[in-house]
Amino acid sequence: MKRVYVNEQWCLGCHLCEYYCAFAGTNERDMARALKGITINPNIRIEEYGNVSFAVSCRHCTQPLCVKGCITGALTQGDGVITVDKDKCISCYTCVLSCPFGAIAPSPDGAVSKCEMCVKSLEGVPQCVEGCPNSAIVYEER
Amino acid sequence: MAVKYIYPDYEVARNYDRCIVCRVCERQCANAAHEYVPNMDKMVSDDDKCVNCHRCVSLCPTRALKITESGHAFKENKNWSARQIKEVYKQAESGGVLLSSMGNPDDYPVYFDKILINASQVTNPSIDPLREPMETRVFLGSKPQEIKRSADGGIVCDAPVHLDLRMPVMFSAMSYGSISYNAHESIARAAEALGICYNTGEGGLHEDFYKYGGNTIVQVASGRFGVHKGYLDAAAAIEIKMGQGAKPGIGGHLPGTKTVGDISRTRMIPEGSDAISPAPHHDIYSIEDLRQLVYSLKEATAYTKPVIVKIAAVHNVAAIASGIARSGADIISIDGFRGGTGAAPTRIRDNVGIPVELALASVDKRLRDEGIRDNVSVLAAGSIRNSADVVKAIALGADAVYIGTAVLLALGCHLCRTCNVGKCNWGIATQAPELVRRLNPNSGYKRLVNLMTAWRHEIEEMMGGMGINSIESLRGNRLMLRGVGMNEKELEILGIKHAGE
Ligand code: SF4
Ligand code: SF4
Ligand code: SF4
Ligand code: SF4
Repeated sequence: MKRVYVNEQWCLGCHLCEYYCAFAGTNERDMARALKGITINPNIRIEEYGNVSFAVSCRHCTQPLCVKGCITGALTQGDGVITVDKDKCISCYTCVLSCPFGAIAPSPDGAVSKCEMCVKSLEGVPQCVEGCPNSAIVYEER
Repeated sequence: MAVKYIYPDYEVARNYDRCIVCRVCERQCANAAHEYVPNMDKMVSDDDKCVNCHRCVSLCPTRALKITESGHAFKENKNWSARQIKEVYKQAESGGVLLSSMGNPDDYPVYFDKILINASQVTNPSIDPLREPMETRVFLGSKPQEIKRSADGGIVCDAPVHLDLRMPVMFSAMSYGSISYNAHESIARAAEALGICYNTGEGGLHEDFYKYGGNTIVQVASGRFGVHKGYLDAAAAIEIKMGQGAKPGIGGHLPGTKTVGDISRTRMIPEGSDAISPAPHHDIYSIEDLRQLVYSLKEATAYTKPVIVKIAAVHNVAAIASGIARSGADIISIDGFRGGTGAAPTRIRDNVGIPVELALASVDKRLRDEGIRDNVSVLAAGSIRNSADVVKAIALGADAVYIGTAVLLALGCHLCRTCNVGKCNWGIATQAPELVRRLNPNSGYKRLVNLMTAWRHEIEEMMGGMGINSIESLRGNRLMLRGVGMNEKELEILGIKHAGE
């Protein structure tokens, strides 16, 4: 199964991945039109301390605690990707508390938001990886 | 300064309709030209700080940025150009020698651009490189003078030591220190993948790169930095640097601020000390002295490696090359006045030396006239910009060429010409860890391999067009060249006819 892996030694802390992620979520064709004037809420986040930075996003665990904890079945695992059905999410945030990586977060619409490996986006492949200028995140089989 | 004599050359133009205030430009500009202003929720920029390196332009996700010429006009004339005026202002302020990076930018003729290549029609058919074999492999070093046979009639293979290159292009001398670890790694890995060689420059060889030794030419320059037996033994060839095209007649200087950590260890000098290469080698004042160094290096490596002598293209280059060809050196490298550098005094860069095309042609002719052309191979360097320049250089008599600036461009360099400042936004000419990280060698080496692969295809196409299927048959084949817009003397020195003749 291909996944998004982090090569933190090449991360520049440029935060481009966050913007490409937010853009992917809009299904718009032009980033300026999609993101102008809004505060983005990306599913990948850069953690930084001094000179070190790296991207954190859903690991798509094989034994996902978030799915196990979800009380409505809004989170499901299929083809190795964990997706959220926003209509079923009742904002109890059990998953937010149980994810060991802090990779699920409440979103402005109330339901949780998480990385779905861009399976629902126009391109279908992780846009954070496509937008990273230094191969600090890669989408590959390991 | 209350009086600002010089207006910025470039302006940062931001399209506010497209800027989404992601602040990527701010994070990526090591010159701090961009700034987020919270109370306006807006990005602003300071044109004075911009060096036009295009890092922000290349990374802005919405294409909101471009750099434009400021268009600010001095009241110039043909004699007092804006550049002359600005240089006087700068020196009146600093009291110092003007420094510049990269090659001579002035309006001297580029002879490569006045030379045209032949193609076969009707009689000598052209060759399709996609269908027929094309040989781009070259061997550098002195050539056997005769065929020797053993008692049983077989050929005795005692060819002198040589370099074996899969194509006639090598990556020229750029030292670890002037360029970053990641740039060095990208270059070394690409040379290995391509079956060619790269040159360490005079910064020594980092221990991590000994594994690329078979593709490494190690340099011995006037400062002798990083030279020891292990260094010589690791290499495929040894180059004695007598001069450099960008700054003939003067030495080099790596400031103490860059001599840190691994760089000081690799150069074998104390941390923080200036690495000053003297203008001459203090033990070389004649061809006989040079011969001693050539043989010292051969002796030290048990005669297993060819020795290259690199000189800048200067007025008497043919006579100098003739001396070198008799010094025991295997290869002569001629570096023209357009060659790049990390830092050179502007006046030297712009006024000293001669074009490599003329130097190469006269060296090749002189060596042939004297019957010693086979003693040595000849390398041409100093602004070989594309595969056509390679083909023309070889037809003018070179065995192979060195490229430097094109290598840096492939790695992301935008010729902003501020290498000497050490804040290269592309992670090339810098030692700051957060900037060095910007060049991921995994991508860098692939870009270099791509560039060379493309050039090799083009060289094969051009050779095929001329009906030539081996690079050896192109070397010195000046009948394949014609000049346009040149006078008799220029044509005579280049040894080519005018177009139409
Ligand atoms: S885009 Fe890549 S380099 Fe930039 S912050 Fe994200 S992971 Fe790091
Ligand atoms: S794969 Fe898609 S959804 Fe997941 S973090 Fe990357 S851009 Fe965002
Ligand atoms: S990188 Fe582009 S979009 Fe982002 S803040 Fe700078 S100009 Fe605006
Ligand atoms: S110096 Fe380079 S990164 Fe900085 S503003 Fe100018 S072009 Fe952009």
